[in-house]
Amino acid sequence: MRSSLRERILITVLGWLAAFLMFFPIFWMVLTGFKTEIDAVSTPPKLFFTPTLENFEAVRARADYVHFALNSIIISVAATALSILIAVPAAYAMAFFPKKRTKDILLWMLSTKMMPAVGVLVPIYLLAKDLGALDTRWGLILIYVLMNLPIVVWMLYTFFKEVPKDILEAGRMDGAKPKQEVWMLLLPLSVPGIASTALLSIILCWNEAFWSLNLTSSQAAPLTTFIASFSAPEGLFWAKLSAASTVAIAPILIFGWMSQRQLVRGLTFGAVK
Amino acid sequence: MATTSTVAVGAGSVPGGRRRRDVNTLPLMAPSVVLLLLWMIVPLAMTLWFSFQYYNLLNPFMTGFAGLDNYRFLLTDRALWTSMGNTLLLVGWVLVITVGGGTLLAVLFDQEFWGRGVARLLAIAPFFVMPTVSALIWKNMLMHPVNGLFAFVSRTLGLPVIDFFTNFPLTSIVIIVAWQWLPFALLILLTAIQSLDSEQKEAARMDGAGPLAMFFFIILPHLGRAISVVIMIQTIFLLSVFAEIYVTTSGGPGLASTNLAFFIYQRALLDFDVGLASAGGIIAIVLANIVAIFLVRSIARNIAD
Repeated sequence: MRSSLRERILITVLGWLAAFLMFFPIFWMVLTGFKTEIDAVSTPPKLFFTPTLENFEAVRARADYVHFALNSIIISVAATALSILIAVPAAYAMAFFPKKRTKDILLWMLSTKMMPAVGVLVPIYLLAKDLGALDTRWGLILIYVLMNLPIVVWMLYTFFKEVPKDILEAGRMDGAKPKQEVWMLLLPLSVPGIASTALLSIILCWNEAFWSLNLTSSQAAPLTTFIASFSAPEGLFWAKLSAASTVAIAPILIFGWMSQRQLVRGLTFGAVK
Repeated sequence: MATTSTVAVGAGSVPGGRRRRDVNTLPLMAPSVVLLLLWMIVPLAMTLWFSFQYYNLLNPFMTGFAGLDNYRFLLTDRALWTSMGNTLLLVGWVLVITVGGGTLLAVLFDQEFWGRGVARLLAIAPFFVMPTVSALIWKNMLMHPVNGLFAFVSRTLGLPVIDFFTNFPLTSIVIIVAWQWLPFALLILLTAIQSLDSEQKEAARMDGAGPLAMFFFIILPHLGRAISVVIMIQTIFLLSVFAEIYVTTSGGPGLASTNLAFFIYQRALLDFDVGLASAGGIIAIVLANIVAIFLVRSIARNIAD
């Protein structure tokens, strides 16, 4: 590199400083999770303390935490699986048998994502109430499927387009029926693409906090709603809340780090390459 | 990029694929299309319908066609204009911070430095934290006037302690939301910068362009489209910011941090005024669509190939 040593040191320092500042709130929360309740609210705040696992123990022991975590897992996994199931045929059709209207349909699907959630809060709430879907897992799963379907279709479409057509062609020559073609050739070939689509969908479902706050309260409440219920008690359970939050964000943080590239693709609908 | 070239080859062989039989794609497309069509039309039609009705769940006797009354009531309500103003301030400031900061960070993380990969992972982490958790981190551990870290720093430096959510409620929410979305801008702008032709950069450097000239004449023009995409996508999400307000200020004090989303939530689920809330919803949809039109156009240009 042409840049001088001093420049490189400066850039290293700046880069790490920026990373540190961005990450600090998360770091501080994780740290608080390892404090005793007294250490957590002590002034001056303690950077060095005797770490304890008691908060994580307490969180694990509480049946209701497990209940909410289970809701989060079931809802995000089920919504993701369902939307991929619905999206695969559509993405397959659009990627391999493009018609004149294909592009318009794709654009229209993406445009349904642009409806602000709050604009349809009233009818969705009333429909959910009338259908008995309030505070049920299936109600939230259905909403999440509809919410993420455009992104899932779009991502699968871009991944399917990268599958070399010759291989599918060869399969056809050997007499593979369309169904076999999809099951035996297309899906195995695009496992990485499907996996990153699923990962993104799970991240979006897990962190969704508009519909979950408005449509669930206890029975079907995922972790987002559960954590929000702690907004009232002032300084009471900071350490336990931090431990609970750490457990709630850890898996998704790792998923997010794994899928950062595909995230750009999925969230910008290919408008940025 | 390698991916674009494979796509191009794939597109070239389309006629070969069509040759064998004309596949009927209708049954394949139908589930997705029908579901999204319902998802788009039913709630929209209901919101529109309710917005012209007298409809309050607490007052079953007041029913019937309201004409434009809901809109008239809303548009003369100071609360609506305050929350619209708050919405614009919130969206505007978050955009300024995230696009400005995101561009700087993207340029920084485009440079090679020791441990860049790990530093980038740390910098994008806030985007993956669920909104209710990030709001509580800031509210309890950083901005709390007694036990918060910021209060401690102020006291140590002998400065007055700031009670963020009481005195600067909207600013506090802007800070939280900007912290969440800065990584998004960073990720997308970094992707865009890295797609910049390295030969072009090399040529500019050969011609003696300094870092500043490089930034303003090569990088920034190249980022133009990516920046506009970031602005549009964030705008659509930021119009519906809800959890952060719900957890921290509940829109207060007074209306100081009530945005349009929270205003509608209060009308619908606290006052149970379906008609009024729906009229507010229509206003939100109109606002979002103004942005969406430009976004769709920009996506369409890229799908073409």
